[in-house]
Parts: sequence; C-alpha cells; structure tokens
Amino acid sequence: MKKPEQIKSEYYNLSENDNGSYTVRFHGKLDAGSSPEIIAQLIREVNSLSFTSLTADVDDVSYFDDFGLLVLIELKKVVKNRNGKFRITDKNETAKNILSMTETDLYKPAETVKRKRPRRIIEQFGENVMKNASNFKILISFIGSALLSFYQVCRNPKLLRINDTILYMEKTGVNAVPIVALISFLLGLVIAFMSSLQLEQFGANIYVASLVSIAMVSELGPIMTAIVVAGRSGSAFAAEIGTMKISEEIDALFVMGFDPTLFLAVPRILASIVVVPLLTLFSDIFAIAGGLVIGVLILDLTMSSYITQTLKVLTLFEVVWGMSKSAVFAVIISWVGCLRGFQTRGGADAVGNAATSAVVSGIFLIILFDSMFAVGRSFLK
Amino acid sequence: MEKKSIINVRNLTARYGDETILDNISFDVFEGEILVILGGSGCGKSTLLKHMTGLLTPSSGSVHIDGVDITSCDDRRLHDILKKIGILFQSSALLGSMTVAENIALPVGEYSLLPKSSVDMLVYLKLRTVDLVGFEDYFPSQLSGGMKKRAGLARALALNPKILFLDEPTAGLDPVISSEIDDLILQINKSIGTTIVIVTHDLDTIFSVAGRIIMLDKKTKSIIAEGDPRYIKEHNPDPSVRQFFNRNSKIVNQWLQ
Repeated sequence: MKKPEQIKSEYYNLSENDNGSYTVRFHGKLDAGSSPEIIAQLIREVNSLSFTSLTADVDDVSYFDDFGLLVLIELKKVVKNRNGKFRITDKNETAKNILSMTETDLYKPAETVKRKRPRRIIEQFGENVMKNASNFKILISFIGSALLSFYQVCRNPKLLRINDTILYMEKTGVNAVPIVALISFLLGLVIAFMSSLQLEQFGANIYVASLVSIAMVSELGPIMTAIVVAGRSGSAFAAEIGTMKISEEIDALFVMGFDPTLFLAVPRILASIVVVPLLTLFSDIFAIAGGLVIGVLILDLTMSSYITQTLKVLTLFEVVWGMSKSAVFAVIISWVGCLRGFQTRGGADAVGNAATSAVVSGIFLIILFDSMFAVGRSFLK
Repeated sequence: MEKKSIINVRNLTARYGDETILDNISFDVFEGEILVILGGSGCGKSTLLKHMTGLLTPSSGSVHIDGVDITSCDDRRLHDILKKIGILFQSSALLGSMTVAENIALPVGEYSLLPKSSVDMLVYLKLRTVDLVGFEDYFPSQLSGGMKKRAGLARALALNPKILFLDEPTAGLDPVISSEIDDLILQINKSIGTTIVIVTHDLDTIFSVAGRIIMLDKKTKSIIAEGDPRYIKEHNPDPSVRQFFNRNSKIVNQWLQ
C-alpha cells in the first residue's frame, strides 16, 4: 500500500500529521461543479491509506453549499466504514450554516432517500382485481348515466347542446371524409386486384364487382370506418375530456349544476351516431370506385357492366345492415372515448393512457361486436 | 461599496403580436440581492420574467446574465447560462410522470457526474431544506398546492443556481405556509448568497423578503417605482403606487371623496 506524504489536488491537500492521523484541507469552491470530481478522487485516495483518524478542514473554502456537504458525508461514510475517527474543522462556520439550512446532523448515520418496496406478485394480483372491479362499476354507472341523459334529452330536447353536437359532427364526420375515402378507395383497389388473380383463371372477371361490393358494404366498410373514427375521434374525446378532468373543469361544470355526461358525452355520442353511418356509406362508394378502376383498366370490363353487376348483387338490406352496424360501432367508439376521459386521474401521462386505452378498447369492442353481428345474422337466415 | 450587477436589462420592449406589453425597460439586478418585480395583474410581470430567462425573445433590447447577452447568444452559451439559473414556475411545473425524488434528481443526474448514492443523498438534503422528507415517492398529483411549490423550489435549487427566479411563489397558499416559504427564500439567500428575483403581488412577501423592488405599470408599460418597498409605500409621489401598497381601491376612494 502506497503511503504518500502529501497529496495535492486543485481542491484539497491531503497530509499526514502523525502516525495514522490525516488532515484534508479543502480550498476554493466546493459546489456542483467540483464535488463529483472531489468525491471520486478523494475517496479513492483515502481508501488507499491506512489511517486511524481523519480531519476535514473547511476553513479556507471560498464557497460551500450542500454539494460540499455531500463531499463531507461521503468522506465520513468511508472513514466510519474503516472504523476511523472523523472530525471537521470549521472555524468560519461555513459548513454549519449549510447544516442548519438542511437541518442535517452529520453525526447521525447518513440516511438516503427511501425506495419503494417492490410489490409481491399476490399483492399486485389483488390490486389489479380491485382496480378492475372498480373500473367495471364505473363502466356500468356510466352506461346508466348516459342512458338517463338520453332519456332526459328525449323528454326535453332543449337540454341538448345543439351547437356542440354540430361541431362534433363536423370534427368526427366531415373532417374524416378525405382519409376514409382514400383508405376505402385503396382497399377497393386491393380487393379487386387480389380477387382478379384467382377469378381470371375461370374467366369470371365480372364477379370481381360482386366480391368488392359485398365485402365492403357488409363487412369491411363499417369496420374500416369504425377503426379510422376510433383512431381519430375516440382518442380525441378521451384526451379532451381527460384534460378537462385533471384541470378540474369537469368539477367546475358539476358545481355549476351541469350534468357532465349530458354536457360532454351526449353531444359526442349523438354526433357519432349520425355521422359514422354516413361515413360508412362514403367508404362503400369509394371502395366500389376503387374496384371499378381495376375492373376497367386491368380486367377489360366495361364501366356499365361493372355497375350493373354491382347493383345486381347489392340489396338494400345489405346497405342498411352495414350502416346499422356502423351506428352501433359509433356508439361504442364515442362511449369508450368519453368513459376513458372521465376515468382519467393524475397528470399528463394519465391523459396519454386514456387516449391509448380509448383506441385499444374501442377497436377490440368493434371487432367483438362485429363477430356477434355475423353470428346473429346466420341465425336470422 | 460598489455592488456588482449580475443581470442587466437594457431597453427591453416586449410585444405579443401588435400589442406592446413592456416598453423600453432598463434595470439591473445586483449579485446577492432579493429583487421583487411587482405590479397589478396584466402589467407584464410574468412576461418580463420569461424574457429574463430566455423563454421569450424581446422585440428589441437585450438581457445580459453574467455578462452574456441571452437574447442573441447561440444555443450552447444559453445552455451554459441556464445551468446557472433555477426557476420556480407559477404552477410548479413538476413532471407528472415522475415522483418528487425523481423530479429533483432530474437536473442533478443530467448535469453532474455524482454517483447514484450521492444523488440520493443530495435529494434528501434538498427535501430537508424545503421540509418535504417522507414524500419522495409521491407523485405531484398527490401533493397539496404548498407541497408542490416546495417540491418545485427544491428542483429549482437542485444545482444551487447563482440566480433563482420565483414566479408567484406564495400565490394560492395560506398565510402560514406563505411565511414559511418567505423564510426559506431568506435562508437560501443568506446561506449560499443566491441572487433571487421574485415576481409577486403578495404584499406580505414583498415586505418580508424584498431588498429592492421594481414596480411595473400597465398604462405606461414601464417601471414607475424602484427602490426600498418601505420607503416607496410612504413617500412615492405617484398615488397609484401608494394605492397598491396600501390596498386602496380607486372606486372606494372616489366614493369617499
């Protein structure tokens, strides 16, 4: 073990007084800039010495704050670990002032920040069960309060905030037309192209028209539209209501005597019920147009034969069936969006979670209900 | 004794669009002092603070901090200057996804090379300073208004900045907690010599901590009074200044006359 007489650094001198007793004289600034370096270097040097006692001298320090205190605390920890004696010389009471500000006693064992105990798996399970149970309760009571609000609106239509409803029709419906149209057009294109590869082998090109129209109108149109609306508007509902919730705007509404469900949820749900089926109709038309492009350009069909075939297979029932499904999807999307918004608690991250959850559970419920519709329809026949 | 200035504001004009908020303002902040910027609501106090911390760029004029013009220097120099200042925002602006301890450790971990155990210890010391020990694992949404302010103050103090800006440190707090925060401000100023700039219209805070005040006026969009608050309260020639300090409402005065 090396035993230097004196170690000099930019910030301190470490010297041996007599046998095994050392003094560290600090000078200059002990602040946020210098303390990390001092701690690293000094601890290393002290560890390489054999000592019985160590004195830290802060008399010549020009600036001292709690980063300086940190140096003393770390130094003391090392000395105590080696069963040495630790003392501080502080004539000008620089360290003492900081100690009194932080009300820390250097001579007590140094405490550090407590860390949360990791939860055990059973605890976690129980907590989740309780959380889901209470979520389920909120879910049921929200269905109740939404139904009650609709009942109130039916009895007294003046309660409906008509301007808000029109605004949300524009946001959810009109503004979504371009993206829904584009996606549906491309989807029609793809379905027509894919099916033509098979049907062409049998010379059954004309049935491409039937396939595109049936597939889009009864299944893909409603689902694609619903997914786009869930991503655009469901998340927006959740984020908007969630932000209102954490900034106490909803509490303010409640105290002013408004029913938050009636005020915020009903216009959104109603607007969605009106516009999403219409969007679905648009989606159907654009998808058929997409199929038509492939039919005319690649499959050498005439435009009139494609349209005639489409009209032949499409019944009014199919169109109404698709639109009524999408009305149900609209209820699901807007209801989940509003619910997640109202469930938001905490800060900015909670709003993000609400928006994510609104989209995820919205899409899941759409698919779930769609399969229920498919099963139901097979019983109808 | 000649006092050394640390912030120099020169001919600062601030505009939002066409509306002028501050018109040609100049003043200095001296090292180690507690300066209070005050004035009625909407007179541009917070705007001035945002210009002094580089959050907004003035339409004309300059702000020098420690000799560097923060309105025209490059991002790296601004970044170096920002390390020397701490700000407590009006809403505390604690990050909601982090615990109190993580919020305070954020600037420490970012700007210094301390080992993990020392960072924890420092967080503990900061929490001791603002009397929040035991709330390390709380999220900001679980804290009361006063606790949020103190946690925000602890974060602003994390690197022991040379200059501390406080935006309405006592707004919305009860008188007991307000006076505790005032004491804390004085203590920080005294123990490590931090220069403190406070924006407030809380008269108690002004009289208990301010060494010097600057009063802004909404009408003239500039400084109408500067100096020792106790002297200004009694002796300022401008009646609207005395009115502010004596809490007189114009309407009541007109009624009484």
